[in-house]
Amino acid sequence: MSASGPRIAVVTFPGSNDDRDALHALDQLGASGVPVWHAEERLPDVAGVVLPGGFAYGDYLRCGAIARFSPAMHAVAEFAAAGGLVLGICNGFQVLCEAGLLPGTLRPNESLSFLCRDVVLRVEGADTPFTSRCTPGQRLTIPIKHGEGCWFADAELLAELEAKRQIVLRYEQNPNGSIGDVAAVCNEHGNVMGLMPHPEHAADPLLGSTDGALILEGLVEAARAASPPLATAAAQV
Amino acid sequence: MKATVLVRPKPGILDPQGEAVESSLRQLGFAVADARIGRVVDLEVEASDAAAARAEVERMCQQLLANPLIESYEIELQ
Repeated sequence: MSASGPRIAVVTFPGSNDDRDALHALDQLGASGVPVWHAEERLPDVAGVVLPGGFAYGDYLRCGAIARFSPAMHAVAEFAAAGGLVLGICNGFQVLCEAGLLPGTLRPNESLSFLCRDVVLRVEGADTPFTSRCTPGQRLTIPIKHGEGCWFADAELLAELEAKRQIVLRYEQNPNGSIGDVAAVCNEHGNVMGLMPHPEHAADPLLGSTDGALILEGLVEAARAASPPLATAAAQV
Repeated sequence: MKATVLVRPKPGILDPQGEAVESSLRQLGFAVADARIGRVVDLEVEASDAAAARAEVERMCQQLLANPLIESYEIELQ
């Protein structure tokens, strides 16, 4: 763990299973990952939040539908509304959509198959905090592993998101039937992003690709720039 | 009061489960042109009358039971 790096929370829901991978990757990239249990009503002093992959609450009813009622999610919604950086990965993306923090929704893959493999992504928007280390049009190889990654928005919403440049990543070859080949979207202010691929699983050469580190490094750098008001205040005393 | 909520994928929304079931039914020899798969939620609601129960279940659908982007719902009271 990097003691001096920006503190970034990783929320664990019952059924999350990539929370430790996210914490490990954040620590390796110079941040200080802070585990947060979903029952916490307040976030600790952090400069960013990651909602990890997994199957929160067993994905009952719809993916993410129950997780959004977790006490921690109320705190995450407040944090996001105040401009805080929030990254949802896979199940975390589904939770953010259900919580209304991101547009659209995730549905079962067109093929009905659970997909677990590397995909190539194209960077559409490099002007979000999460893609600041990327260039527009850059190709990233990052794995997906999901059964319900088919992002959906109706034509009107998709056009609106494209006009507002909220489509951040697209699949080079659409694996799951997502409308517009969309792999990642952000909110209107760009401080909340969700993506189905797993950057934390492509953040170390041992894992075959380090392209995911670019996304996480963007988060870490933005968190460093945004933080930490308390530490700064303490240093001045 | 008993209430039943029927949640369906909206028309035009791709329903891969329905397509798989339709294909299986055809393989069994049934002449099926379309199959769509939704969800049934049976509820026991505490309410003073049917109108109040319906209003309450309507709010449940909007807030949790259906995703208005992709699903429609019907409420039946018994």
